[in-house]
Amino acid sequence: MSEFRYVTDQLSVAPQISLADLAAAAAQGFRLVINNRPDGEDPAQPTSAEVEAAARAAGLDYAYIPVRGGPTPEQVAAVKVAHSEHASNNPKALYKKRVTVDDVLASRMICKPLHLLDCCTESDNATALIVTSAARARDCRQHPVLIESVVGRCSKPRTDNHFQHGPITLTAGHYGREILWRNAGVLPEDIDITGSYDAFTFTTLMQLEDYGFCRKGEGGDYVSNGTIRLGGKRPNNTSGGHLCEGYTHGISMVIENVRQLRHDVDDGCPMGPDGRRVHTHDYREGGCRQVKDPQLTANLGWHSPGTGSAMVLRRA
Amino acid sequence: MQDKQFDYLGMSLQLAAIDEVNQTYFAHCARHDFHLQACNACRLLHYPPSAGCPWCGGAAQTWTRVQGQGTVYSYSEVVQAIQPGFKPHTPYLVLLVELDEQRGKPSEHEALRVFGNLVMPDGQLASPEAVAQVGIGSRVRMVYTDIGEGFSIPQWTLDLDTPQPEPWRY
Repeated sequence: MSEFRYVTDQLSVAPQISLADLAAAAAQGFRLVINNRPDGEDPAQPTSAEVEAAARAAGLDYAYIPVRGGPTPEQVAAVKVAHSEHASNNPKALYKKRVTVDDVLASRMICKPLHLLDCCTESDNATALIVTSAARARDCRQHPVLIESVVGRCSKPRTDNHFQHGPITLTAGHYGREILWRNAGVLPEDIDITGSYDAFTFTTLMQLEDYGFCRKGEGGDYVSNGTIRLGGKRPNNTSGGHLCEGYTHGISMVIENVRQLRHDVDDGCPMGPDGRRVHTHDYREGGCRQVKDPQLTANLGWHSPGTGSAMVLRRA
Repeated sequence: MQDKQFDYLGMSLQLAAIDEVNQTYFAHCARHDFHLQACNACRLLHYPPSAGCPWCGGAAQTWTRVQGQGTVYSYSEVVQAIQPGFKPHTPYLVLLVELDEQRGKPSEHEALRVFGNLVMPDGQLASPEAVAQVGIGSRVRMVYTDIGEGFSIPQWTLDLDTPQPEPWRY
């Protein structure tokens, strides 16, 4: 039997309760149970669905509001690890060496909590995109890629300094996603590849959360569970991104997604008789970086935490 | 008003004559008398100083004295200084301090959050021992680093007159 600790006349709290506690809570006059523990933290804990069923059976209302801790330095470092794997298969990347989580955490501290390998480098380069009508694009030599949705310079409700306006944990993507997905007519789970602004490792986490690829607070898990790696469910920054390919203020990730949607990424795969690479989808070092048959990509841009742009592209 | 130029640890700080808002802001700082603009329409203060009110868009403002006391809302500990003049002072802290005044207005997530370095009470960048004591939740008060004739930078030092909570540090 769990102890219900009195806080106010309206509220008591308890550590992990058992299903048997719910009938006792109803008998003591409680009316609503709020479950703040995320499912799956401990194999022994009842799931939210089980707690809800027992609560409803006892005549109690139920709300599930899981509260999670922030990402760990190891999880944040996983962004650099994934992007370095991608860069190792990009002959044009500035940093082609694969790194580990330990390499990131052992690199010298620049500005806590960012290590050297959590940061990109400034680099000199030039990038360009050619945008034309869909009709004209179909008449060109390359397979066309269509713009499905654009969010142009979306800001938080107030446009001056992000740090004055709350909640500061919500960045522009939280607001931009309402425009992005509605205009595209697709949802985050439909996207095959993401391109995030990764001047630092952490910006990728915040964008993936705020655009809805995972729930708020789950970005650390999302970037470290294999999802964003080549061969994973939804690779991110397959060129290596700003952390490894080179810094271009976000635009190189749009170019990379266009290459991916043309199914014609420039990597280490052998050249076929038609002058196009024969992609092996073997993502080991020095190998392929072409995702298998991608149809939809999302680019998540970042001007500052409070302002950003985004785009969904589709293979024609 | 005239163009002003100062040197701070090897950095050139410039105040243009045409920048009336910052000329006035720093004139108050030079007198160690912190002022922010209050909007004549919605009456709310804002930071940093600007030509318009971020809360309601009002253009007319009145410079208003503000108490320089608050709580560290967030911070960054700089280990690798970019400016050569800061290298002897690493690690140093950049603090974002939530003022007691107008805290939680106009919404629970909003406040006047004022940047500054952690300094000793005399305005010099803080010692490594002092840096190690300060984090999110620390209580601080405003002091000034005097740069030159008529120019001072508002900074933050640990407030030793109030109880200090255990700060959160990375």
